[in-house]
Amino acid sequence: MSFDRRAFEAKGYLVVPGFVDLHTHLREPGFEDSETIETGRMAALRGGFTTICAMPNTEPAIDSPGLLKELISRGHGVKGARVLFVAAITRGRKGRELADMVELADAGAVAFSDDGSPVEDARLFRSALEYARASGRPIIEHAQDLALSAKGVMHEGSVSARLGLPGMPAAAEEAAVARDLALAKLAGARLHVTHLSTAGSVELVRRAKADGASVTCDVTPHHLAMTDEWVAGSRTFAWETEDRAPHGVPYDSSTKVNPPLRTRADVRALWAGLEDRTVDAIATDHAPHASVKKDVEFDQAAFGISGLETALALVLGGVRVGWASLETVVDAFTTGPARALGIDRPNGDWVVIDRDAEWMPRADELASKGKNTPLIGRMVIGRVVATVVAGEVRYQGGMRAAEAISRS
Amino acid sequence: MKWTRRHVLDTDDWSREEIEAVLDQTRAMVEILSRPIRRAPPLRGRTVILFFAEASTRTRVSFELAAKALSADVVNITVTGSSLEKGESLLDTVRTLQALGGDVVVMRHSSSGAPYFVAQRTESAVINAGDGWHAHPTQGLLDAYTLRDALGELGGKRVVIVGDILHSRVARSDINTLVPLGARVTLSGPPTLVPAAWRCGQLPSGVTYEPELDRALDGADAVIALRLQRERQESGLLPSLREYSRVWGLSLERVGRMRPGAPVMHPGPMNEGIEIDAAVAHGSRSLIETQVTNGVAVRMALLYLLAASVPLEERA
Repeated sequence: MSFDRRAFEAKGYLVVPGFVDLHTHLREPGFEDSETIETGRMAALRGGFTTICAMPNTEPAIDSPGLLKELISRGHGVKGARVLFVAAITRGRKGRELADMVELADAGAVAFSDDGSPVEDARLFRSALEYARASGRPIIEHAQDLALSAKGVMHEGSVSARLGLPGMPAAAEEAAVARDLALAKLAGARLHVTHLSTAGSVELVRRAKADGASVTCDVTPHHLAMTDEWVAGSRTFAWETEDRAPHGVPYDSSTKVNPPLRTRADVRALWAGLEDRTVDAIATDHAPHASVKKDVEFDQAAFGISGLETALALVLGGVRVGWASLETVVDAFTTGPARALGIDRPNGDWVVIDRDAEWMPRADELASKGKNTPLIGRMVIGRVVATVVAGEVRYQGGMRAAEAISRS
Repeated sequence: MKWTRRHVLDTDDWSREEIEAVLDQTRAMVEILSRPIRRAPPLRGRTVILFFAEASTRTRVSFELAAKALSADVVNITVTGSSLEKGESLLDTVRTLQALGGDVVVMRHSSSGAPYFVAQRTESAVINAGDGWHAHPTQGLLDAYTLRDALGELGGKRVVIVGDILHSRVARSDINTLVPLGARVTLSGPPTLVPAAWRCGQLPSGVTYEPELDRALDGADAVIALRLQRERQESGLLPSLREYSRVWGLSLERVGRMRPGAPVMHPGPMNEGIEIDAAVAHGSRSLIETQVTNGVAVRMALLYLLAASVPLEERA
């Protein structure tokens, strides 16, 4: 069955190219109770993502060409989103010695990252950037000064002061971004800083780009929509007024994420960065966790939000109030991330969107094994109703009756 | 006013009327505690579970005395070490608590917010007896009671809280209880031990920050000194305990800067010679022992409001 774009548009749906996610955790191998490559790929389709980049924080880490090839081959035959793999920068993601980066690139790694364990040793990170440059792949960096963020579990500010939770200051991210930009310049390498969360980080990248640096960056849907008040129980999106929205319970571990949810001023700065194209991409940092990792005390809980299936709805909220144009965010979901990776966007990938559909994420309806999102039970607007990969309709759901495409 | 709360997790969203209702109830409990037989029947047939996942003798004993004075059955569950080390999760413990079927769970835990976790997952009423750096509502209430007893109405009174504000659930609960009663609070302490947001002007309403203790104390109506954990020095937050004591410790000379007779309080246990001199701790201004006595009465008041089966007035 072929995909007829115009038929959907005639019915009032928005049809745009398939989304590319630069930052997805598929948890396989090692943490299959949280997600598998297969469940993650199905969750991606429901979110409109036709290509996702799997991060190497697995057990074992994706740091050897053999494991990488094995994982690539596992995906064959699964009718989900396409998966690309990001390989580890250092062996075991331990930050001590480089992984075999040339061989990993040859085996199919699209980028390199130690993600949640940023390379602390600046000299080693410089070497990684030199190797990344030689291999033609970008480094995707989770910028965080670990000594400064220390045992923080949320953004350091007035909310953490009130809740009595140890905070991670914005400077812990900004100091690392500044270091990474300096090292990327030194090495002449392509650096992609992922999930920027503070106004200061966006400004650093803006200035680096103005200076001609080869740097790209992304922000996540949750950092575009939620503030640190969510840890205190707020469920008010950054663009809403406080008295309209429902209240949750404080210390809900589904709001614990790294980098942490920041202030409203930071959220506004991320949107401004999107609008002036300082921010190249929106990436989910989809971080599914089995309930055993989240159904614990806030400070003991794992970091991360399960984000693939709600990304579009969050971002459309900001578009609705004019914080960025639809064109900007579609670009940030599609051509922006492809450009950051240096790949061509695949042809024949499409997403059909009902911009006005109101829906409530429910744990039992998420395709991801990770039910860890503070959006459970919270009304959102905007939904993917069909996803097309290489001309084939691989997902459809939530469409107005009688409009579903026949699967014959 | 009619009491409607099911749990006591934090007083940050309490109205002045609710706080006053507890303080008024406390006065009745102080009377019971002054009787030759310190026992009343209101919690007869009720079970109070004391779940302490962090070392504490004073608060646990205070709750135990309070529950027994009201004729409740008391069960102790003591868990030491973090739940993860022990292999038993808080969720496991909650399931046990639920199965035991206590009417009230009094809990202390090293993780901020843990009482919310428990309250959501059990049918018992939950009283927070201290969670991480977050809150210690009964301490806030007993401090308010003690101060009101000593100073009269708290409207317009200025209370200094000095020490390790950052890590102090007592400071947070004192603020949340004293400010609604009309008091103004001045925080003082080393810059590293006061939340950065509070030092940069994003203070809760009714609260100011004055790093210099002498200035904070000038003309104040009361001072509360906080316990200084010795490990703050090792973790790089303090140059030395000696310096701390000289700059932020309460000496007789310092407390003399307050209004005549202005009281000195401390939640205990004290490090005498560090945050407070022995002469102050045991001097004429000290209400530290009164705090301990009032603590039992405040806890009785809350247990009564949350779980009474029969009225207080019926004689045992």
